[in-house]
Amino acid sequence: MSAVTVFGLCAAAAVGLGLYGLIANPQPLRKIIAFNLLGSGVFLMFGIVGRRGAAAGFGNDPVPQALVITGVVVAFSATALAIALLLRLFQIAGSTTLNSRAAASARSDPSGH
Amino acid sequence: MNVARDIITVAGVSAGVFFFFAGTVGLLRFPDTLTRLHALSKADNLGLGFVVLGLLPQTGGLRDGLKLISIWMFVLLAGATVSQLIARTARQSGSGK
Amino acid sequence: MNIATVFEIALAAVVLGLAIWTIAVPDTYSATVGFIAYGLLVALIWVRLDAVDVALTEAAIGGGLGGVLLLGAAARLRDTEAMTTEGPSLIVRLSAAILSASIAAALAVTILLLPDPAPTLAPAVVANAGATGMTNPVTNVLMAFRGMDTMLEKVVLLLAIVGVWSLASDQAWGGRPGPRHQADPNGVLAFLARLLPPAGIVVGIYILWTGADHPGGAFQGGAVLASMWLLVIMAGLVDTPPVRSRWLRLILVAGPGLFLAVGLGGLCFGSAFLAYPVAFAKPLILSIEVAMLLTIATTLGLLLAGAPERSAER
Repeated sequence: MSAVTVFGLCAAAAVGLGLYGLIANPQPLRKIIAFNLLGSGVFLMFGIVGRRGAAAGFGNDPVPQALVITGVVVAFSATALAIALLLRLFQIAGSTTLNSRAAASARSDPSGH
Repeated sequence: MNVARDIITVAGVSAGVFFFFAGTVGLLRFPDTLTRLHALSKADNLGLGFVVLGLLPQTGGLRDGLKLISIWMFVLLAGATVSQLIARTARQSGSGK
Repeated sequence: MNIATVFEIALAAVVLGLAIWTIAVPDTYSATVGFIAYGLLVALIWVRLDAVDVALTEAAIGGGLGGVLLLGAAARLRDTEAMTTEGPSLIVRLSAAILSASIAAALAVTILLLPDPAPTLAPAVVANAGATGMTNPVTNVLMAFRGMDTMLEKVVLLLAIVGVWSLASDQAWGGRPGPRHQADPNGVLAFLARLLPPAGIVVGIYILWTGADHPGGAFQGGAVLASMWLLVIMAGLVDTPPVRSRWLRLILVAGPGLFLAVGLGGLCFGSAFLAYPVAFAKPLILSIEVAMLLTIATTLGLLLAGAPERSAER
């Protein structure tokens, strides 16, 4: 087994785990973390493809590498925006649930503020 | 000459791995926050020092060696500070567990 | 099976274990810590894949700054955990598991069936490397061959900042982001915040400078500078600037602005948008990178600081 196969399977599993956490976990913060896990698996896929394209004295194709660097920064800014939204939701609604019925009952309950 | 360098590297990195191992065992086995921190910060700083010492003979020149040593210094500084902060928080919150 | 393969399998196993822990552990704070450890070990995978530039970015932004962001949010939301609702029903969980497993399996099969010989653009990068005067292929791709991506990515950073700022309440509009940090002025954190930044700033600038020929660049250097700024803020030595301040906004647009100006210059005087004249390629790219370094450091720091919460006067 080469490094490409080992890490490729690892990346595939990270994508699967991230997707499962994104759907099955009720808490928004956990969803954000799971989404980052999914993204990191996709980035690793780019790394695998770049590693297989090693040529001309480079151990890894520079074009996918540059795309991943851009992607990591964009993923970070998206995460920061999502967390700012979440904190604002918590500030206004007093809870971070995405369930609309539970959110309504929390709002009508004066102790929920 | 190369064999001597390699021997130093193998010895240094092995000693470093031993201390990292000891620190990790302490982290997993000790009962509360303060003793865990004690094991982790002391053993890991020493372990990293041995790893750096072992890698020094393999560097291309003085510049690379200085970079390695400065990495060790930065980790010492950051590790010591963070351990202090964690320990203080643990003591103030009274958990200690 | 040689020793490198054993190491790689062990590394992949630990990374996978951390990924499972991150998804499965009930406590959100533990999940965050697990994700940070995961990010740092993924950086090691990038080193094994011979992509050191990506490894630096992943460790600095994915593991480091992203970790601080998630930990801060987890700490502030810790009290809400008890009152969160129950998870989705068993059927939803089961179908999510089946869907995720089949997607992971499909990706794994794709990895095993990738075409041989693999397509690569590395020879094209080497053939054109002389045009910029820099030898780090990743910097060449980022700043020259795919310069459009990098410029638009700066715009994305700017949009994210605008989005975060617009979440401020009416009282805090244009005010200072985040809570005011209080720390013991004679404590160890304040000591570190005085001792480390001079060295950290040198390291950040060095990473930018060496990025022309070795692994490094504006993103990684900018992340180091941002963390130094945050350290000083968290130690309570300085406060976050009010977001209505003009110099702050100037720095935020400096990177993409200069990039756009150089790109339009290429359109007017050269052959195409973002076409650097060969004689000035390296100085032009370096000046864009310096402006980008400032913009990236400020943007990353402000994204971590969050939405404005206090009016500027207080």
